Amino acid sequence: MYDGKKIIPGLLIFLGLITYPIWHNTVSGKTSYVPKPEIPAGKKECVESKAFIRINHKTLLEDWKTAVVRNGTTTYLASNQKKYNMSLTRTCMNCHRDKTKFCDQCHTYMGVTNKCWDCHIYPQEIKRDQRDGIY
Amino acid sequence: MEFTRRTFLKIGGLTLLGLSAKPGWQVFSKVAAPEPSPDAEALAKNKWGMAITFRKCWKEEGCRDCIDACHRIHNVPNLGILKEEIKWIWTMPYEEVFPEHEFEVTEEDYQRKPVLLLCNHCDDPPCVRYCPTRATWKREDGIVMMDFHRCIGCRYCMAGCPYGSRSFNWRDPRPFIKNVNLDFPTRTRGVVEKCNFCVERLAQGLMPACVEACKEKALVFGDLKDPKSQIREALKYKTIYQRQPELGTKPKVYYIL
Repeated sequence: MYDGKKIIPGLLIFLGLITYPIWHNTVSGKTSYVPKPEIPAGKKECVESKAFIRINHKTLLEDWKTAVVRNGTTTYLASNQKKYNMSLTRTCMNCHRDKTKFCDQCHTYMGVTNKCWDCHIYPQEIKRDQRDGIY
Repeated sequence: MEFTRRTFLKIGGLTLLGLSAKPGWQVFSKVAAPEPSPDAEALAKNKWGMAITFRKCWKEEGCRDCIDACHRIHNVPNLGILKEEIKWIWTMPYEEVFPEHEFEVTEEDYQRKPVLLLCNHCDDPPCVRYCPTRATWKREDGIVMMDFHRCIGCRYCMAGCPYGSRSFNWRDPRPFIKNVNLDFPTRTRGVVEKCNFCVERLAQGLMPACVEACKEKALVFGDLKDPKSQIREALKYKTIYQRQPELGTKPKVYYIL
């Protein structure tokens, strides 16, 4: 091989650079990162079981939206026969007061974006914005 | 026994008959008529309408109680730019609202008087016909609703509405809302909004915000289907105006002289 002394070290350097993100994250422990959504203290149960919410929270919220906006119903009958007001702001965010500590934990990790907060407001947001003098 | 063409056809026919038994039974056994959802039925019992009495409304000059109450509750931004104004309830001079009226002699005094305007919640709303995504539709109780989630901001409804009741968010309205009401969402850039007859308050059994805010009781809200309701009492034997009734939209906002 012509110029092997240059090509092989060059290739090695190139491989090292291109795989930099992988081994950097391995060394810094980022690969073992698990999102930790904060469970509100003092609250014991959600509207549905944890397993159900984990998988179906998107469809649940979608159904709530359809029910409230389009069908004009406001009460949700949970599987444990408890009744809840179908409201993102008043029911969900009443416990999970700060979306950055709950929703965003997984959403950011998974690269999921949603447009809920373009319009809906969560209680903690008002406080933050008032501090920053936006409102 | 010889397997003839005749037996083959017989067996084939019987097999086909046997296979079609189950689907056939399913088709003909029960035909369940689609029942309306209980919510739709409950809603259809009412037909909401509003009456505005001019004389009471004009008692206090420059009064904005109803407008402020509505805009505060529904997080309506005050942009300060007339061209991009967001309005749910607003006023316009009498002669501009009712240009077909006679002003020279009879209604001279009414000129320049502010007339309260809001979405008419028409019986036959043109905006609903124009909306390509069904983001706006007429509920069973007559309220012309808006689903902000679905609105794509094409503004066809604005072109369709003969009353100018719809406003478009040309920019993010949030920074222009002084005190945000947590119970009602704000809007985002690129959606159309309008008065919703306080649907969220009606669901809680409350009167619309503007009706509640009016000190003079100039605004009357109620069920048009109920002959004993406040609004029917208010409208009885009165000279009433509607905005452009000749268009056939059948507005549900009445103006009492």
